[in-house]
Amino acid sequence: MTTVAAFEIDHTQFLDPQGEAVKALPPFAADTAALVAMYRAMVLTRAFDAKAIALQRTGKIGTFASALGQEAVGVGVATAMEGDDVLVPSYRDHAAQFVRGVSMVESLLYWGGDERGSNFAGPRQDLANCVPIGTQVPHAAGAAYAFKLRREPRVAVCLLGDGGTSRGDFYEAMNMAGVWRLPLVIVINNNQWAISVPRHLQSAAQTLAQKAIAAGVEGRQVDGNDVIAVRQIVGQALDKARSGGGPTLIEAMTYRLGDHTTADDASRYRDAESVREQWTFEPNLRLRRYLARIGAWDKEREDALQRDCAAEVNAAVDAYFALPPPTCDAMFDHLYQTLPDALEAQREEARKFAPKGEPQ
Amino acid sequence: MAEINLVEAVNLALAHELARDPSVVLLGEDIGVNGGVFRATVGLQARFGPERVIDTPLAEASIAGVAVGMAVAGLRPVAEIQFTGFIYPTLDQIINHAGRIRHRTRGRLACPLVLRSPAGAGIHAPEHHSESPEALFAHVPGVRMVIPSSPARAYGLLLAAIRDPDPVVFFEPTRLYRLYRQAVEDNGEALPLDVCFVVREGGDVTLVSWGAMLQDTLAAADALARDGVSAEVIDVATLKPLDLPTILESVAKTGRCVIVHEAARTSGFGAEIAAGLAEQGLTSLLAPVQRVTGYDVVVPLPRLEPQYLPSVARIVAAARKALEYA
Repeated sequence: MTTVAAFEIDHTQFLDPQGEAVKALPPFAADTAALVAMYRAMVLTRAFDAKAIALQRTGKIGTFASALGQEAVGVGVATAMEGDDVLVPSYRDHAAQFVRGVSMVESLLYWGGDERGSNFAGPRQDLANCVPIGTQVPHAAGAAYAFKLRREPRVAVCLLGDGGTSRGDFYEAMNMAGVWRLPLVIVINNNQWAISVPRHLQSAAQTLAQKAIAAGVEGRQVDGNDVIAVRQIVGQALDKARSGGGPTLIEAMTYRLGDHTTADDASRYRDAESVREQWTFEPNLRLRRYLARIGAWDKEREDALQRDCAAEVNAAVDAYFALPPPTCDAMFDHLYQTLPDALEAQREEARKFAPKGEPQ
Repeated sequence: MAEINLVEAVNLALAHELARDPSVVLLGEDIGVNGGVFRATVGLQARFGPERVIDTPLAEASIAGVAVGMAVAGLRPVAEIQFTGFIYPTLDQIINHAGRIRHRTRGRLACPLVLRSPAGAGIHAPEHHSESPEALFAHVPGVRMVIPSSPARAYGLLLAAIRDPDPVVFFEPTRLYRLYRQAVEDNGEALPLDVCFVVREGGDVTLVSWGAMLQDTLAAADALARDGVSAEVIDVATLKPLDLPTILESVAKTGRCVIVHEAARTSGFGAEIAAGLAEQGLTSLLAPVQRVTGYDVVVPLPRLEPQYLPSVARIVAAARKALEYA
């Protein structure tokens, strides 16, 4: 018997849970201001999540999916990307989206039940949130194909969850990306839970990163609670993709500290003790500890940042509330580039029965 | 002007658009080196290169999904699904994404893709190679559903589909691929989408059909004419969005309507047309609307295929029934 194939999956961590560097940090981490900006983005996301959940509880927005505990994945991914790369997100990726320039008002609009929330003023070519699990991976592969065909130095970056890696779409798209050597980076936010289904019931594979191997794609694992590690490994994958080296799959190990969404009650399927334990690994605390260790952070700055973020979130909420509601025409306006004649009568019917006083 | 069959017309339209617009790409299983199992894409990879005429891995859901991503990123992908029996995995991408992207981003992003697929029965093909699932796609908001009925129509409608800014599902009737030749000029002129074509004028009864069944419907019109019945024949061509006014106008003249399609009857697209006539054309009708369709059964294997497909005799009988009402 001879071995015809073998594989290894590396795992990268720079900061341990105490915020201590376990090895030399990558060059970008020498820029303290950049690290503080990343920390700010993580804190802002957490403040937004807390506010959004409160808004849902009081009926001001609809169901909301918090990113609590997974801030480092989104912020690490987005800070590694170039502006004209394209982000292809799932529905839990506002940490990345905010760094990319999606506004909190747009996110509130989206979760508040208004399509205008996906008309990003900032990253015009980023895809909108993808709700059907894993179906966005082929979109990212298709966008990457367009970049490659046009010889553009751009990369498509796809985010999905651990549950999404059980979907055929994920395998199929990664397989195509491998064959066509596409400029694609797929990042798995492995938060250990697909609603109530834990990671070990999702797949018998030792790592999710190794799912890349069968597609001839490089697979790597990273500590998803270590934003420096996420940014570094995603950055390497982006460089590789941009220089024609093809796709990479990155599994970011993190934990969903909150419920799946506001419609979920995680106490039904996991015990509080295990969640409490996970709080010791959470990403914001880790980076804060590191910043404090190097003398770049203290209580005063933390208090100021918290105040700042709360004010920014509150301003976004005010701006969201100040927007007029959509008119019933919005159902028809962008269904096709030009509304077909066949739909005119239906639009008229909707107008006729729209609530009185609604602006047309 | 060259006389070509329908599959050659498809090839001609694809070549025209590949040459005209560098953002057009083709993708699908066996479409490159092999030129497609029906040879619809023959010669195109040699002419336009493997980057633009792409042999994909065997994965229908992601052929559609990758086409969505290409379209959103500014390409004009024309994806081929080898047979409609294998098109069902694409429904997720077409329903959940292709038909929604423009709407859900308020026009920020668009999805100008074409999903081509050979459709229909009558070529003695194996299981899963003879289906007509056009009603499934016609049900999807934000999508167009187009079926040509002749080489010229295939050329002009496919040009229009590729140039359309929104997703188009384009079924090519396999039975017509090589049935007959027609003069088609490669002039790059698209036919209008969203329009039903009156292909034969008449005053006694309106026969409505699309795709391969148009041949049998026209033959039925000939048979009726021999008995002095003047049938108007409409080729629906674009099922979604439906040009109901053209059908209503015809029925206003004839007062009688027979709808012919080869897909199963229940929730087939004929039901939509019949409902439209009931809603908006009832006062024109002198007789109940007749449907001549495939039966509500699994499309049979080739031995029973002729008995499944609506025949000229069945169409003529339905027209006669409609004419019985005074």
